[in-house]
Order: sequence, then structure tokens, then C-alpha cells
Amino acid sequence: MNYVSSDLKVVGTRPIRPDGVEKVTGRAQFGADMRMAGMIWGKVLRSPHAHAKILSIDTSKAEKLPGVKAVVTAKDFPHIANEEAFVGEGPMNFRDLSRNCLAWDKALYEGHAVAAVAAATPAIADAALELIDVNYEVLPYVIDVEDAMADNAPVLHEDLFTAGVEPKPTKPSNIAKVVTFKKGDAEAGFKDADVIIEGRYTTKAVHQAYIEPHACLCWHNPDGQVMIYSSSQGHFMVRAYCSKLLGINIANIRAVPLEIGGGFGGKTLVYLEPVAIALSKKAGRPVKMQMTRDEVFRASGPTSGATMEVKLGAKKDGSIVAARQVLKYQAGAFPGSPIGPGCMCGFAMYDIPNVDVVGYDVVSNRPKVAAYRAPGAPISSWAVECALDDLARKLGKDPIEIREQNGARNGTKTHYGPTHQNIGFLETLKAAKNHPHWQAPLKPGQGRGIACGFWFNIGGESSAGCHIGEDGTVVAVSGNPDIGGSRASIGMMVAEVLGVPAEQVRTIIPDTSSIGFSFLTGGSRVTFATGMAATQAAERVVEDLKRRAAQIWEIPVEAVEWKDGKAYPAGSNAGAFEPLDLATLALRAGRTGGPIGAEVSLNAQGAGPGFGVHIADVEVDHETGAVKILRYTAIQDVGKAIHPSYVEGQIQGGAAQGIGWALNEEYIYDKNGKMDNSGFLDYRVPVASDVPMIEAVMVEVPNPRHPFGARGVGEVPIIPPMAAIGNAICAATGVRLHDLPMSPPKVRAALDEVAPKMAAE
Amino acid sequence: MAKHHVSAVINGEPTEFLCETQQTMLDVLRDEIGLTGSKEGCASGDCGACSIIVDGRLVCSCLMLGCEADGTTITTIEGVAQGDHLHPVQQKFLEHAALQCGFCTPGLIVASKALLDENPNPTEEEARYWLAGNLCRCTGYDKVIRAVMDAAAVMRGEKVA
Repeated sequence: MNYVSSDLKVVGTRPIRPDGVEKVTGRAQFGADMRMAGMIWGKVLRSPHAHAKILSIDTSKAEKLPGVKAVVTAKDFPHIANEEAFVGEGPMNFRDLSRNCLAWDKALYEGHAVAAVAAATPAIADAALELIDVNYEVLPYVIDVEDAMADNAPVLHEDLFTAGVEPKPTKPSNIAKVVTFKKGDAEAGFKDADVIIEGRYTTKAVHQAYIEPHACLCWHNPDGQVMIYSSSQGHFMVRAYCSKLLGINIANIRAVPLEIGGGFGGKTLVYLEPVAIALSKKAGRPVKMQMTRDEVFRASGPTSGATMEVKLGAKKDGSIVAARQVLKYQAGAFPGSPIGPGCMCGFAMYDIPNVDVVGYDVVSNRPKVAAYRAPGAPISSWAVECALDDLARKLGKDPIEIREQNGARNGTKTHYGPTHQNIGFLETLKAAKNHPHWQAPLKPGQGRGIACGFWFNIGGESSAGCHIGEDGTVVAVSGNPDIGGSRASIGMMVAEVLGVPAEQVRTIIPDTSSIGFSFLTGGSRVTFATGMAATQAAERVVEDLKRRAAQIWEIPVEAVEWKDGKAYPAGSNAGAFEPLDLATLALRAGRTGGPIGAEVSLNAQGAGPGFGVHIADVEVDHETGAVKILRYTAIQDVGKAIHPSYVEGQIQGGAAQGIGWALNEEYIYDKNGKMDNSGFLDYRVPVASDVPMIEAVMVEVPNPRHPFGARGVGEVPIIPPMAAIGNAICAATGVRLHDLPMSPPKVRAALDEVAPKMAAE
Repeated sequence: MAKHHVSAVINGEPTEFLCETQQTMLDVLRDEIGLTGSKEGCASGDCGACSIIVDGRLVCSCLMLGCEADGTTITTIEGVAQGDHLHPVQQKFLEHAALQCGFCTPGLIVASKALLDENPNPTEEEARYWLAGNLCRCTGYDKVIRAVMDAAAVMRGEKVA
């Protein structure tokens, strides 16, 4: 059923989330909060070198230390075939993931796990790590993406040959893959253009920087049954990876989802769980592991840093006739950067007849990248949205109007294939243009910028259930870890279908053995896909409740209708009966067919893409180069906001992460290829005093493929901020910055460079 | 070396524990006493997820040794609500949806309570600077600041809870 134009009572309201009280009182159990009788502590020994051959590992001294219960290295893991994994978000390979959990014959980055111990106390485990003797042959390393692409670069993998080029290369390379997208004839398009804009842009690797470090507790029973308690973006994902990496049957693994303290894509793969299981198997004890913040930075995936070239060609009237982008993305130590979506998203928002995009997926001696909120898109859009701003300026056009003129609409064919349908980009641009912020006066020295973002959003496999308690209260069951309020949205959709208040529904997330498979929490898919499953489960329950009422009244089921949580006779012909509410029907369940409940597993299709337009006002301190955000408005097509507060929260949080990416955040390496800023003091994420209130404006263009019209909302908001701020800085100072982050030293240097020129003019 | 015997009043309860010299108060709370509401996000005093109030002063418990707790009165997130009765800051965090993942929430609530204990009428800017030691990666701080300002109004009696 579709409820988009129904009179909704619950969806669209702002109830308190079902898991709220336990989270404000400190009682929610996160990854590191689990305890178990007999539990011991696991710790990881990591490579001090950026690139080194592991000649030998002697663990004998560590094993003899009193209190040490187990030591493992890659030799304790089975050999894994080179096989693409479609378990997590973004490209991964089972063999690579195994070698990322514990290095095989080479350490490929500083921080790469080499061995692990489990001991009675954390202190003994630390002492044992010191006693492991690893004999390294240190190799030349390479950090930056273009250096890694050079002919004379140290090669990370002797068996890596560039895919996507003809003829097939005979020499190994750090370029894992070349991807190309073409539409029309870009060369001809540029010849036809009146104006050309070109630019070279770079971004630095940035980390998701979830506040909760990775943590787990694993217990390998002597009978081969495995329990995993961990925080992740998908306990089914954790189960699948552990099964594959350790050769354990899926049915023998039970993964219990603990609360997840932020992920943003970074918890869509495993680091600790397989190691903890291997340690537990050896020790015969439950093993708890948790990363330090330093380990999170050095050894878990940030997203790619990149180098890009962008070229736009347009007619004098502003219509873009040709576009080209070359993107080189860091993948980290193993192939698999988000180069694919990067290549697609930059131009996805525009109707351009001739497009040419080439992308390179490049390995170097850095931690393997992981998904980060709209993986790949913020990077490519940083370049495109800045170039578009330059184009508007050159043509004397309003930056919103040039986007409206070229903006994708229903029927626009993208350069990567699909044709846009049911999108709300133009509506979002219109809302930006009509927003008071866009017209508000600025003081001298201040600047305003806008930029846009596009993300596909995904659906996929999901399971959810709806069970009526004996007293008529409702349990909604979701197969996906709740990373930012999805218990609330799922419970609300169930409540809406059943016609009961949101407070009457409790949403829970059971372990992998207690509900059908669900793909991970990522791709902005949970409220869309798992919400769709939950809606259908509730609809089945309603059908069943109508059948039961019909049975009690001895009338045909067609003569029963369900509204406001009660069964009514449908019209006077059906007979005169007192309505039966959920509690009454639940009480009679035993006599009408037994327990009332349904579970639905589906593969949701039709996730509507999302578009965002952000407006930023900045002021630049010419003395220090510091950029202050004065006002920030984020407008987004959200389909239908199920719980508006949590939709706004996604938009505000994504914008703040983008502000950090724009102004502060970066991986800094020293001359030995080691990360220099692996803590929150030096890797500076935005704090409360860095940002203003972020006004989230929700534009509702319903997605017809979802029962309530929902679209994914979590990823779009991280895409526009970098260019919105870059464009605002340009408006304030006349200086176009090309390199992220636009940190004070860089801004100051750029201002100094143009100051003499400006003075001369 | 023998462990230290420490006595403190934690969340109103006289409490005794044994700890190693090098154990932080955060480790003691989480591993010895079982109060896991205080979180470890960095163990270096940068993220504020382990915030507690010691003798009226806001402290990162990861930067305090367990031994230093001797003779002190401590409030952790578990002691902010009075039984079933949530503190106004907790209630406003719920109403404003000022949490997403909820991991930084205990620290933010303890820090906000400490702010309002000291300054019942903060400006938005004062609240932002006070809370600048508490990292939140989910919310962008907008709803957090609104919740704190709203809780302050309730506590001043300007607004019904």
C-alpha cells in the first residue's frame, strides 16, 4: 500500500526515540561495554614501517609470559582465495581483507596488524606485544597518489596488474583499475564552447572519526559455535566476513549487534572480530578487543585523498556543452577506492550532452580506505562545484540560476547510464533561491557560496518483523543496527500502519540467528529498505487482525476495516459490532489462530536519489588565514521525513563533517611514511565553538517507490560543504583555493600570493 | 606492587575499590566498578566522552588516576538522573533529538550539567565554548546546543519542563 497522500498521524511527527532513555542515562551497551565471565584481553602488534617484508615473527617469548593465553599471526588464518566480496559497502576482496586483519608476507602501511595476543589483563597483553620479535626488511614506500602512479614507484603488490586498460599490462603497478565513462563527444563539445573553465583540485585523506573506537567481544566455543558481540554497521556483514575469513559455517556464528557509536561507512568491514575469534579459539576463553584512538587513525580506513582535473565548456548563455574530469583516488594498501561513485557523482546533477570521465584506483602505503558517507562523491563534487562557480562568475551568472539552467530533471540521462526519475533537484534549487539566507545582506569582507550534492541511495536485502504482545503492545524488529535513529523511524512506520501511537511500538534489533538476513546499515538504505519490510510486516499483521475480527463476528473478512488501531465493521451492512482493538484481539489470539505476528524479507528496489544545496557565509581573517562560518543553510530533497528531527540531524551532522573536511581535517605524514597526527588534538574535527547553527531545510518530493515516500537522507549532506565554503571564500577574498583542507596556513599563503597582484591592480 | 584501596562517594553511594597505580579513573569506573556509561573515545582528554564531575569540577576521567579519587565526591552519567526522574538536560536531549549514535551523549550530558550548575544562564556562545571539549561527530551540535539552552530555561523556572 502507498500512504503518501494519506492522512498520516504518526509519520512526520517527532516522538522520543525508543532507545532514547538508555542512551541519555549511560545504560546503552556499546562495543566496548560488554563483559563476560572468563574474559581475557586481546591486543594487536602493528608495523612501525610504512612498507616492509616480514621475514620472520618469533612469538615464543610472548607465549611464555605468565598470563598470556594465546598469540596469533596470519599463519593462524586459512589461505583465502583472491575473490571479490560483496558483503560490505564499496569494493573489497576477501583475501585482501584477511591480509588487512593480519599482514601476510608484507606490512603495507604503518599500523598494519602483524600479530595479536590475548592475556589476562590489558597490561600483560601490552607487555607481551613487546616480546614479539618481528624481523622486517624495510622497503621503499610511497604515500601520495600521483607518486604511486609514477613508473619508478615502489610496487606494493607484485600480482596487481591494472584492470580496465587494453592491452592487458605485463608489468605490475600500483594502479589497480582505470574506469571510464563517456557520453556524447566531449572533444567536439569543447570546440563548440564559448568559454572553458579548467582547474586542478586535491583533497587529503580524512577519517570518519566516529567517537567510538572499534571494539568486540568474541567467544569461540569448543564445539565450534561462535558468539560475536560487536558494534558495526551490520552484524550480518560481520558474520559473513568472519565466516569467510576463518572458514566457519554461517550457521555456527551468532553475531549480536551492540550499540554503534558512529560509523559513517567506517564500520562496514571488520578489523578485530576475526582476530578475536582466532585468539579465543586458541585460548579457550572469550576475548575482548578494543582499538585505541591512535589505532583507529593508523589502521582503520579513512576515505581517499585525491588529485583531480576538471574542465567545463559552456555557451555564452550558460548552457554547459561539455565536461571532463580526471580523478586519481587513493585506495590505501589494497585496491578499492570509491572511484566508481566518484566518477559518477560529479556530473550526475547536470544535463550535459558531452561528458568524459576517467578514474584511477591507486594503492599506496596507507591504511586501506573504507566507505565514508557518500563514498567518493564529496571528492569529485569538490572539484566540479568549484569549477561551476568559476563558470558562473566568468559568465556573470547567478550560481543557482546556472545550476537550474543545467540541472538534471526527470528524464535526464546520466553519463554513467541510468536516466533520472522522480528526482527533486530543481525543487531543491528553487527552495535555496527562495530561502531568506540567499538574499540576506553581507557585510564587507564576508562572502557567500553555494554548492550542490547528489547521492544514489540504495535499497537491497532487508528483513523486519512486527509482533503483537499478549496485551496488544507492539514489538517491531529490524535487521539493521541503528546508527542514528532508525529504531524510531521503523517503529513509527509500523505504528502508522497499525493505527497506534508511536509509544506503543518498541523497536529492537536482534542477533543474526533471530531474524532474516539484512544487508548492512549503509547507502542511506535502512529507513527506505528495512522500513519497507517493516511496513509490509505490519500490513500482514493488519490483514491477520481483520481476519480474526471477521472470525469473531462471523462475517466475511471483506466486511471488516481497520482504522485507528481497531477493527470496525465496514458499513452498516456488515452488522453492528463494537470495534475490537489490538488489546482485545491479542487477548483472543489463542482462539483465533495463535500468536499474531509477521516477518518480511525483501530486496527493496527504487531507492530515490537525493539532492542537496548548501549555502555558506564566511569571513576570512586575513592575518591568520582562519575561516569563520557565519551562517549555514542546508536544503535537501528528503522524499518524506518519517521523523523530521532525525532527518534534520542527518543533514546537520553531514554538513558539520563536510565543514571539518573543508577547513581542518587531513592525514599528515612525516618523512618516514608515518602518520603524524593520529589523535583528536592534531586531527581536528569540528567542535561546538567552530560551527554555527546549521539550518536544515527539508524539501519533500515523495519517492513513489516507498510506501511513505522516503528517500535516503544520510549521505547527501556531506557532499556540498567543501565547495560551498570554497566558493564563499572566493566570494569573500577573490581567491580560488584548489586544495583541501582550506586550513589557516593554506588560506594565508593563498592570500599572500595574490596580495601583491591585487595591490598592483 | 599491592593495589591501592580507594574510598569515594560515587553517585551518592559510598564506594570502595582497589586499583593499580597506573589505572585511570575511567578504567576504574568501567572495569572495576562496572559503570560503563563513561566512554573511552581517545584516552587523551581530547573527546570528552568520559566526562565526570569530581567535587563539583568537570573532569575527563581518562586524565585522572583512580588513586586520585580517594576522598572525593563523584557524579558520573549514571548519577545524573534521580531514580526514574531524568535531569532536565537528559529530558531536553530526548525532546530535541540531540543524539544520534549516543556514544558522546553521556559526556555531553555530564558536561552540560556541570555548565548549568556553574552558569544557569549561559549565552549560546558560552555553551558552545564550554562544550568545545566534547566531540560529537553525528549531530553538528545544533540540536545539542538547543537542548542545553532549553534545559537551562527550564532549570531557571522560565519554562515548564
